[in-house]
Amino acid sequence: MKVTFRIWRQNDTDDKGGFKEYETDGLNEDMSFLEALDHLNEELVLKGEEVIAFEYDCREGICGQCGVFIDGRAHGPHANMTTCQLHMRSFNEGDVITVEPWRATSFPVLKDLMVDRSAMDRIIEQGGFISAKTGTAPEANAILVGKEVADKAMDAAACIGCGACVATCKNASAALFTSAKINHLNALPQGEPEAYRRVLGMTEQMTMEGFGNCSLTGACEVECPEGISISNIAEMNSWYLKAKLFG
Amino acid sequence: MQIDAKIPEGKLEEKWRTYQVKSQLINPANKKKLNVIVVGSGLAGAGAAATLAELGYDVQCFCYQDSARRAHSVAAQGGINAAKNYQHDGDSVWRMFYDTLKGGDFRSREANTYRLAELSAPLIDHFTQQGVPFAREYGGVLVNRSFGGVQVQRTFYARGQTGQQLLLAAYSQLYKMIRAGKVTMRPRTEMLDLVVVDGKAKGIVARNLANGEIQRYAADAVVLATGGYSRVFRLSTLAIGCNGSAIWKAHKRGALFAAPSFTQIHPTALPQSSEAQSKLTLMSESLRNDGRIWVPKDKGDQRKANDIPEEERDYYLERRYPSFGNLAPRDIASRAAKERIDAGHGVGRLKNAVYLDFKHAIERLGLETIQDRYGNLFNMYKKITGVDAYKEPMQISPAAHFSMGGLWVDYELMTTIPGLYAVGECNFSDHGANRLGANSLLQASVDGYFILPNTINNYLASELKSEAVNTDHAAFAEVENEVKGHIERLLSVNGSKTVDHFHRELGKVMWQECAMSRNKAGLEKAISRIEEIKADFWNDGKVTGKSDGINTELEKALRLADFIELGLLMCTDALEREESCGAHFREEYQTEDGEAVRVDDSYSYVSAWEYTGAGFKLHKETLKFEFVKPTVRSYK
Repeated sequence: MKVTFRIWRQNDTDDKGGFKEYETDGLNEDMSFLEALDHLNEELVLKGEEVIAFEYDCREGICGQCGVFIDGRAHGPHANMTTCQLHMRSFNEGDVITVEPWRATSFPVLKDLMVDRSAMDRIIEQGGFISAKTGTAPEANAILVGKEVADKAMDAAACIGCGACVATCKNASAALFTSAKINHLNALPQGEPEAYRRVLGMTEQMTMEGFGNCSLTGACEVECPEGISISNIAEMNSWYLKAKLFG
Repeated sequence: MQIDAKIPEGKLEEKWRTYQVKSQLINPANKKKLNVIVVGSGLAGAGAAATLAELGYDVQCFCYQDSARRAHSVAAQGGINAAKNYQHDGDSVWRMFYDTLKGGDFRSREANTYRLAELSAPLIDHFTQQGVPFAREYGGVLVNRSFGGVQVQRTFYARGQTGQQLLLAAYSQLYKMIRAGKVTMRPRTEMLDLVVVDGKAKGIVARNLANGEIQRYAADAVVLATGGYSRVFRLSTLAIGCNGSAIWKAHKRGALFAAPSFTQIHPTALPQSSEAQSKLTLMSESLRNDGRIWVPKDKGDQRKANDIPEEERDYYLERRYPSFGNLAPRDIASRAAKERIDAGHGVGRLKNAVYLDFKHAIERLGLETIQDRYGNLFNMYKKITGVDAYKEPMQISPAAHFSMGGLWVDYELMTTIPGLYAVGECNFSDHGANRLGANSLLQASVDGYFILPNTINNYLASELKSEAVNTDHAAFAEVENEVKGHIERLLSVNGSKTVDHFHRELGKVMWQECAMSRNKAGLEKAISRIEEIKADFWNDGKVTGKSDGINTELEKALRLADFIELGLLMCTDALEREESCGAHFREEYQTEDGEAVRVDDSYSYVSAWEYTGAGFKLHKETLKFEFVKPTVRSYK
């Protein structure tokens, strides 16, 4: 299989960057998209060129480290899938495939396809936890949590923090990411005592990091590899209101 | 060199309490003066870093990923074991201890294994408190399921994302302590060497992966929590960045390496489909709760799975191991799959797989129940293979997975270098020659949250009295120069073959000779082949780019250079151990029906290897069984 990759190359954050085309042959449809980039990188090494920098780690869709824009879509042509789970069978012989980094003010490009997503960690730092020290826990079954509640918390907790929601949003909003963590913890009795502090702290940080506002277009939930529902954002807004009124 | 595991005296169930009562304490005002480096941010690393910070120590935590949340604990799917006996099915700490010891084929310490089981129940309390959304019954209590090698239900889980949920809890606690100003997080920073001053671990030299800078970090103690090294096989279930470099560098600086050849081959991964493949995706062992494993009775059967009638299917695990059936431990299930595949019964395009079939489970329990239990795994299977496993069986195959071996540690989890600790998968301690499913998340967490924070003070109390070492010390300059020289050499070879080429070569040798089945001639051949690969790598390897700035190819090359040397030690260890035990199967030592033959009289020890520069020297820690009698491990 032969395709042409049109890839964003940028030396560092200050560099202007631009697209460069690479034709590569010898691919097959069972290869993952990232393996095709590996293949291209090996060819570049043999030509004495610097490799294309791109992110990955687990390559099974759970760590959240990979993620690029492919032909104008976060994580490529399919909904609810990470870049590492995309395979070359989704492309055709001779395709020209455009690959870009996540584009958002809060995610500066480090090099080529790599961006700095540490803003998301800093949102977590402002309340995405339960303040309980090691050694202080009561018996696990002492606090009952109904299946529906546990399932709801799990649905929100599944977020892998890849940043596709931000990258695909026209406002570069981190509302889906932030709301998922808030709703996971606020749904559980263990997280309830800090519910108001959490929503206020995390949303304030979200704004300070320069993420845009949510205008409920729903683009984020389409690209989210875990299918986190946009209704989380509505729920976050409701927590925010409650916190402002009663917190 | 004398090695002493420092096992406390007394009854098995009293050892840990006895230890805690006798260990030294440090008052809060003094803890503030002590600085600890934690390398790795998985369950062991993040758990240790957060807990040490809560106790008052100053902590610096390092990871090579862009965020602490990506550490490979995230990928464990199936669950975490705990002896809660919530199912009222006869479980207890003793039974869990015994299952784990037997699962490891009696090649681990009784005291460590008991402590693992003992601390399992409070760990579930701990994670529940931190907000892990474990699976629940409608009435609100926690749910359990079964895992391999066990006849009770003691596995707790959060859908098929247990590791992710536990790791996110640990990561959130880490960030809680970062906010409190007690932890400095250094993501995208990879440890490249250890700094030892007057025989004690005093810091590390690391490379900032975002700008290429070589940096020095000093501390009063160093904790390695860097995970497993199964990427030595290249194709494995591990994340691509997982590596053995930190522990290998520590080994070269004097830490003994224990049981390096004990690596677990997981029976249920997706089969390799091409040479270019970089990763074998794991399908959780929990699937074996309801899925049945089979191959066609006829060799080379060309029919589709659903066209093969019941009577022409060989449910070989149920046939060979009737009492455990599809839940036989991993080493046994993998070997049985290999036996069938080698005998010509493999399925799939490359005939390298077996079927995992849910037809009967769906008939018995209904589609909805199966979807609820394994939905995300079936979705993942479909994303990767394009096949709907609700309609036809999955194709699975054995893949390199877990390292039971690692840095040798004593009961306090300290290596043979004072002040250097190893926690989680990167140490050798609890699993013996084979790890039971759902004990990995457990060990990583228990080491990080509960054990290390209670043992490190015993060492740090004495360090309070000695003068702190800072990065101006000559030892740091020396190590930094060595690291820079090493990088320079790698970049200057400028040969004709890529890093991936050498990794594929190494992987092939390791998979063929040092994986599921090993023999003397093969291992000897492997050692000389790896020597060739090593020489070729340093003569004809090619790494482009510079050391300054981001260079992912250089990162790979640095890791591979260490994997090659580690591969040599693994083969050396496998060659030395003339017996079969757990995952270590030497073809010369088997029964007529292909079961492992352990040789307790000669090999009831933990091999602990010293790096001598010219080679490796063996030390032995004899395993004493005071409380249980090692028996022939049978799952029939």
